[in-house]
Amino acid sequence: MDGFGPEIWQAIALSLKVAFWAVAASLPAGILTGYALARWRFPGKGVLNGLVHLPLILPPVVTGYLLLLAFGPQGPLGRALTALFGGGIAFRWTGAALAAAIMAFPLMVRAIRLAVEAIDPRLEEAAGTLGAPPLWVFATVTLPLAAPGILAGAVLAFAKAMGEFGATITFVSSIPGETRTVPSAIYTFLQVPGAEPAVLWLVALSLAVALSALWISEAVAQRLSRRVRGL
Amino acid sequence: MSLSVRLRHRLPGFALDAAFDAPPGVTALFGRSGAGKTTIVNAVAGLLRPDAARVVIEDAVLCDTDAGIWTPPHRRRVGYVFQDARLFPHLSVRANLTYGARFTGRRPRAPFDHVVGVLGLAALLDRSPGALSGGEKQRVAIGRALLSAPRLLLLDEPLAALDDARKAEILPYLERLRDDTQVPILYVSHSAVEVARLATTVVALDAGRVLCAGPADDVLSDPAAVRAIGVREAGSVLTGIVVAQHDDGLTEIAVAAGRLLLPRIAAQAGAQVRVRIEAQDVLLARQRPEGLSALNILPATVRATRRGNGPGVMVQLSAGGELLLARITRRSADALNIVEGADCFAVVKSVSVARLDVGIRDAAPGPRS
Repeated sequence: MDGFGPEIWQAIALSLKVAFWAVAASLPAGILTGYALARWRFPGKGVLNGLVHLPLILPPVVTGYLLLLAFGPQGPLGRALTALFGGGIAFRWTGAALAAAIMAFPLMVRAIRLAVEAIDPRLEEAAGTLGAPPLWVFATVTLPLAAPGILAGAVLAFAKAMGEFGATITFVSSIPGETRTVPSAIYTFLQVPGAEPAVLWLVALSLAVALSALWISEAVAQRLSRRVRGL
Repeated sequence: MSLSVRLRHRLPGFALDAAFDAPPGVTALFGRSGAGKTTIVNAVAGLLRPDAARVVIEDAVLCDTDAGIWTPPHRRRVGYVFQDARLFPHLSVRANLTYGARFTGRRPRAPFDHVVGVLGLAALLDRSPGALSGGEKQRVAIGRALLSAPRLLLLDEPLAALDDARKAEILPYLERLRDDTQVPILYVSHSAVEVARLATTVVALDAGRVLCAGPADDVLSDPAAVRAIGVREAGSVLTGIVVAQHDDGLTEIAVAAGRLLLPRIAAQAGAQVRVRIEAQDVLLARQRPEGLSALNILPATVRATRRGNGPGVMVQLSAGGELLLARITRRSADALNIVEGADCFAVVKSVSVARLDVGIRDAAPGPRS
């Protein structure tokens, strides 16, 4: 690995951490948004839908720049965070996680929304007539029945977060050990003469991570959907 | 415990304006599809917000649009059995049955084992709904509703999706339920057979309005209700007691007007039965006929006749005090001078009474839990 070994492992570990927290932290919001878009009728639904999908159509660099404007040291949210917690998230791994979460959000919401739309609302009605209050119905009927879709959305979001590059490098740069995720590392090493073996390692490792994530989710989803279909 | 419903609701191309009371027992909402039956039960369950309504069970006001009262569905304590069962596919039969148990509060609830016994669910408890037949699913759905300690049970065409064999399998369970629980039941159906077997009270609906309502035997034999029932399905119900089982495969039943011989009914002597006789299976004669293959000849008096636009006449007869409907042609009615007060004989072929037409009420001494 020509001395790039530690940096490679650092980048992989960081990417996993960033992607994990990006998905874990945004999943509740993703479920709520997916459910709202599938089931509720409210003013501004079209706007919300557009906003959720915006990162999908904007150039990632633009999303990163907007994040920088908002969360940078001079940005309004950045200053608020500094005042509250004594530090912002720009150029930190938490910032990378936020950028990844925002970029992955549309994929996650889309999968969850489809899963909720596929649930027969008459089952939820039936639960209501048995005396279950709406929140309980959500927790015991809607969530379990949507579980395969939620899982699919989370895995998709995880893969997207692992691979996020444009918004991340614009927002948090590429600081080794802090914000240099696998894609940033690949990009950086490509600028360095003689680092091609390291690039190949990174590519192979990220492929392995992506494939095993896919395989695990496939196995879990199959078991879940068998249970959901009542077999 | 009784239910009182008044409601008005407009849907595109359909206006519902109905009011009725449901005393304890089984009240059948009866009428053709599109008569507004499901709209009414949905309003009672709170799944539909009617334009104007007042729904009261016992002394609880579930909904009163004038007073601005609206109880959400989950606080109504109304057990709803849907046409398509709607079991939770991700839960076992047992978990489906107990789903509502945690919300019953202090209301007395039927013991789990008792409901499982009455509905014959013991062998299904650990199965998954996906592995059940249509009839089994409906039985689980009924049990699930019962175990939520309802003030009222709503059954929306619970047998409509089943074939005759499955219907024959479930009807006895429903009869047991009727005789077994104190919970009033609102039963939606467009099948005269089911209504005749189960209902104690009938509310006949037509195009969103109540056509007639009252005790089941009266409404079913009321020529005015024929519009809701359909002329081919119209029929009346005779109540009788099994007298004897004959060796030639016939069962003898004593009714008010005499004896009926019907194809074998699986009931002991002394059991009370309800027999539905379709109006189109009844012949009328002015003199007691002789040399006839039909075994059942009951003396009767014409109480009313009703002529429609077609060639038929619906004749309501009193046979020993019980009401009987006969459908004959206008031509015969004129030729035989079938008018109010005329004495005649009603002839019923034994084999025209099908197995589904006979209900056994309170199967006398027998094993009951």
